[in-house]
Amino acid sequence: MMPAESKPAPGLMSWLPVVLLGWLIPGGGHFLLRRRGRAWMISLSVILMFLFGLFMRGAFFTPQTGDLLTTLINVGGFVGNLCTGLLYFLATWLGYDQPDLAGHVHDYGTKFLVSAGLLNILGMVDAYEIASGKKD
Amino acid sequence: MPKVNLSHFEAAILFALFASIVMAITSKRTDKERLSYGLYLFGCFVATLIGLAWVMKLGHG
Repeated sequence: MMPAESKPAPGLMSWLPVVLLGWLIPGGGHFLLRRRGRAWMISLSVILMFLFGLFMRGAFFTPQTGDLLTTLINVGGFVGNLCTGLLYFLATWLGYDQPDLAGHVHDYGTKFLVSAGLLNILGMVDAYEIASGKKD
Repeated sequence: MPKVNLSHFEAAILFALFASIVMAITSKRTDKERLSYGLYLFGCFVATLIGLAWVMKLGHG
């Protein structure tokens, strides 16, 4: 039996700018790759989700450490927030600092802010796969 | 900045909509597959939402 032929790893510069732009501007990587339809859909979904999170007065996570669960929730949430790229930086720069309040609307808002980042990660992975030739 | 007050159901439907769109776009290769998978995902989210709501209602008595 012939050994499976392995493809050479794609060059860093073929996917890094795409992934970075996709992180900073949701859907930006797809725009750079001229996948406009997908770019708009990802961009609008992530931005609207983030905006709904803000409008519901969700809180941003801060990277607190402590016991395992505290660390997992707060550091994971912070990473999720960071993954919305410029949206997160712009909101914090403009002074958005919502304390974590009780109530289902605030709670959903916090989850929306993190989920927007997680959806953006999916967009970045998709952009990486397109840029590295693993996908059309 | 405007403030939005959504019910549990509205917020969960909105979450399902955005998540379905992005997951369908990033996981399928053709537009037809994306559309059908997106609708399938959205249906699963809504069915789970309604199912869990009934479980919680019945659980609370």
